[in-house]
Amino acid sequence: MTDTGRRLAAALGILTMVLLASMVVGLLTGSQHIELGRVLSDSMSRTLFFRLRLPRVLMGLAIGASLAVTGAALQALFRNPLADPYTLGVSGGGALGASAAIALGWSARVLGVPLVFAASFAGAMLAVGSVRAIARRGAVVLPGALLLSGVVVNLIAGACVLTIQYLTDPESALRILRWLIGSLDVVGLAPVGRMAMVLAPAWVALLALSRQLNLLAIDEDTAATLGVDVRRCERIVHTLCALVVGVAVSAGGAIGFVGLIVPHAVRAIFGEDLRILLPGSLLGGAAFLILADALARVALPASELPVGAVTGLMGGPLFLWLLHRQQRFSMI
Amino acid sequence: MSELCFEARRLEYAYGGGPAVVRDVSLSAGQGSMTAVIGANGSGKSTLIRMLAGLLRPRSGTIELDGVAFDKWDARLRARRVAYVPQATATAFPFQALEIVLSGRAPHAERFRLESGRDVEIAMEALESVGAAHLARRAFIGLSGGERQMVVLARALAQEPRLLLLDEPSSSLDLKHRTDLIRTLLRLRRKNGVSAIMITHDLQLTGAFDQILALRCGEIAALGKPEAVLTEELLGEIYGDPKVRSQRVGEQTLVWVEL
Repeated sequence: MTDTGRRLAAALGILTMVLLASMVVGLLTGSQHIELGRVLSDSMSRTLFFRLRLPRVLMGLAIGASLAVTGAALQALFRNPLADPYTLGVSGGGALGASAAIALGWSARVLGVPLVFAASFAGAMLAVGSVRAIARRGAVVLPGALLLSGVVVNLIAGACVLTIQYLTDPESALRILRWLIGSLDVVGLAPVGRMAMVLAPAWVALLALSRQLNLLAIDEDTAATLGVDVRRCERIVHTLCALVVGVAVSAGGAIGFVGLIVPHAVRAIFGEDLRILLPGSLLGGAAFLILADALARVALPASELPVGAVTGLMGGPLFLWLLHRQQRFSMI
Repeated sequence: MSELCFEARRLEYAYGGGPAVVRDVSLSAGQGSMTAVIGANGSGKSTLIRMLAGLLRPRSGTIELDGVAFDKWDARLRARRVAYVPQATATAFPFQALEIVLSGRAPHAERFRLESGRDVEIAMEALESVGAAHLARRAFIGLSGGERQMVVLARALAQEPRLLLLDEPSSSLDLKHRTDLIRTLLRLRRKNGVSAIMITHDLQLTGAFDQILALRCGEIAALGKPEAVLTEELLGEIYGDPKVRSQRVGEQTLVWVEL
């Protein structure tokens, strides 16, 4: 077996164990104590476990995996270690779409797809498109321009959300606010199942592009002369990332920095190769958000913290540290 | 492996809506041919080689590889025939040098498979052949410009191409490594019949090539054997300096400029 093969096997093995362990922690953590032995016999415990605890853990898995894998893919695509759905404004665009849908009272579904999902995807796609259009004026994406345009797209989206909140009725405004803070709270398994139907195929499609993304992460011209159709690959990855982030954000709110923290941790342990980093981030992101959510539930004695606050408090400083390190290589 | 036949006809290129930076340039490369491209800064050399590598689409003119239009080729199959060494490669992530070299095996790998043990062997051999085996486990990002150039050259060799396109590979190499580069190209030609088209400012190196293509303001100023192109008259015209001097010394031509 080659070195890459060994590292891939180690990453998949170890991170799967970590994910399983984090799921156990997530299932056992909460304001109510559940004895696992009584889940099947006691109806109260059963309801708590299957209607609340398990869906919440699965929600953390789906959203954490989505944000982390898109972070890793966007970093490779833009050759920028600071790229992530949050810093590029993709989450912000998704949040704007979802806020608009909530304010308009769109609880309906079209062809089984909730309109909040669709609006969030549209917002995320718009953000990806505009960030790219601004950053890519010429042959190369300038790293500094990319992040600046991401910041500005976030600011614009934030201003639009504020405007919507101001104009809408107080009840919708409160719903938008609660949703923006970000939460994995969910009742029953059905919503998680619906998300999985969209997310799982998109994850698989992203993983299938890991060889191309690995070549793109090295250098764009190199990738092109090694047989990668760069423009086509970019279009597909953009669309997949907007879709995955749109769905994740419409379900859990804007949870920041997961796409930054997890890929960098996986990199530090298992190396740069995107064929390891993408599946590693998928598993690691799921485990990370489940644990962050468990921490959010028990950090305060009387109530729970928003999970977005936990990831933000961890990810913000990491972003600054990465920026500091980048400056030394003067690549921004 | 079939013989290489690479033919570019009447290429023209302009950035955006600007004036043409390459005009009416035709060039061919047969099995084992070695072509040096020279010219002053801004004369269109890099634009030309980027067109030849398929990175820029010519405004007019055609490029054919083995009788098939360049853009009709499956990109991966084409990458098994033609490799490109850019002027400089900077990665944003700390890939290992060996990982960079292994990327050259990507056009040969099966879909959804990691590279095989054989691929790793080929990559290590490529690193050894450019004298950079000791860099295999180092982070590419931390290497010097010259060391990076050797690693990128090894990547192109691991691709096992029939034609190498090199954009000023010698610019950040020391005297010994410049010579080694030319020796490597000559050895590849002798052993495997690999052809090369190389941009260089290093006129001393061009004596080893079959032909020199000299560009001036995007047009061909001269195309011929080294001894025919490296004359004081032609060089003075190409570089726009009447004080260029050249002198034949044995097999080589020495070129300098009087101050």
